[in-house]
Amino acid sequence: MWTWFYKLASPPYVYRVAAALMPWFLGLALLTIGYGLIGGLVWAPADYQQGDAFRIIYVHVPSAWMSEFVYTTMAVAGAIALIWRIKMGHAVAAASAPIGASMTLLALVTGSMWGKPMWGTYWAWDPRLTSELILLFLYVGVMSLRSAFEDPARGDRAAALLSIVGAVNVPIIHYSVVWWNSLHQAATVAKLGKPSIAGSMLWPLLSMFLGFMLFYGAVLCLRLQGEVLNRERQSVWVREAIKS
Amino acid sequence: MQVGARQAFLLILHRELSLSFRRPEQLLQPLVFFLIVTTLFPLGLSLQLSLLRDISPGVLWTAALLSSLLSLDSLFKSDADDGTLEQLSLSGQGLTLIVVAKTCAHWLVTGAALVVVSPIVAIALAIPVAAFATMMLSLALGTITLSWLGAIGAGLTIGLRRGNVLLSLIVLPLATPLLIFGAAATERAVSGTSAVGPLYFLAALCVFTCTLAPLAATAALRITLE
Amino acid sequence: MNSGGFWSMGGYARYVWPCIGFACAVLGWNLWSARRSLRAARLRAGRALAMTSGESR
Repeated sequence: MWTWFYKLASPPYVYRVAAALMPWFLGLALLTIGYGLIGGLVWAPADYQQGDAFRIIYVHVPSAWMSEFVYTTMAVAGAIALIWRIKMGHAVAAASAPIGASMTLLALVTGSMWGKPMWGTYWAWDPRLTSELILLFLYVGVMSLRSAFEDPARGDRAAALLSIVGAVNVPIIHYSVVWWNSLHQAATVAKLGKPSIAGSMLWPLLSMFLGFMLFYGAVLCLRLQGEVLNRERQSVWVREAIKS
Repeated sequence: MQVGARQAFLLILHRELSLSFRRPEQLLQPLVFFLIVTTLFPLGLSLQLSLLRDISPGVLWTAALLSSLLSLDSLFKSDADDGTLEQLSLSGQGLTLIVVAKTCAHWLVTGAALVVVSPIVAIALAIPVAAFATMMLSLALGTITLSWLGAIGAGLTIGLRRGNVLLSLIVLPLATPLLIFGAAATERAVSGTSAVGPLYFLAALCVFTCTLAPLAATAALRITLE
Repeated sequence: MNSGGFWSMGGYARYVWPCIGFACAVLGWNLWSARRSLRAARLRAGRALAMTSGESR
């Protein structure tokens, strides 16, 4: 029953699967992101209060979600690698870190651009913005720590531990708008029950969420292949994989 | 001779404290840094005393944070360099006990010292005496938490080139909630309102960190030592 | 439908379009950087193989 789990621990399997899945992920990602952008920028009506500025939501919210999701994935993969000593977990974590950091940067920049017309300021030190900025620092810390070790295996383990410790920040980001009086808007989509947003605005947004997730899958597959090759350079199967 | 856990803890604590006091100049460095940094702000901003009061809680806390960072490097480094750390880890007492003892000793000579010195700095920053109790309590809770965060960071960065910079890069993002709530508590005390809310947060962070950080710091040391 | 004007975005163009542009730039960078690191990894693996097969001769 657990054979699929053990297969995931096998580097040649991971390499083959990543190479095979990548084009599918990328193609579907481009389609869904394309629909999301057209639907969001052209078809959706302007917001009653915010006018056309609300259209930034179509890149801001998916990237913010991805920044949290990718960090959680990185921490979980690191934990699996530390606990069960599955080296492919470290490969997934190492591959995910730059992707997540870029998503965090995107969320911060687009949020800042949205804040200027909406709140009158490019930045505010409110809980959600502050904790998202801390998330960016955490990503940079994890990547720096991994590369600071001469022994890559030790660097992987240290980075995994740090990402687990920093995972405390993710629920803080997510619930900061609930726990504190925050300038930032509360949840409109992920509430249980009816989301408080119009359908014609909602579908492109959901499509962007899906598109960003698929895009993460595609880029992860690309980076994962490289990470696997780097860690398994000395293995026999690599010879055949390179030739093809 | 079989040594019980409590005895081993006290032995290591005694060792750490004796070693620290053998070089008193090393102990004074973070405190002097604390004093210098806090005087830099009013000098650089050339504010009147009344305006200084507005920024002083933040200045105090930022300076305390940075001074604590300075001393974190010494937590494990010298013992790791001469092999004592490995000997201790093989001693059969359990690495966690050793880590707890070392971190407690570290806090006593750095964090606690910072709390004791803080009234002097507070006077320089025009913080009213009525706010001292809250300020010192917030600093005490904050520095304990910081010692533990620093233990995790120090454990991960022993022996790395530019380990100091990396240590700060790791610890500071994790320490920002401390800064926010500590400065908020002090600021409320300065303005006369109740600081109970931020103090509770600080206490919660302290308890949370004291519970989980020993495990993380031990794991970090195992990664570095093996 | 977009009644505020597609390019002018109801007056908010200088906020909306840089965001969309930056998003495309980030997505593009991700793909480019991932492909680049994969190419570098392939080269390194190939070099490592060449060294070991050279030694065994």
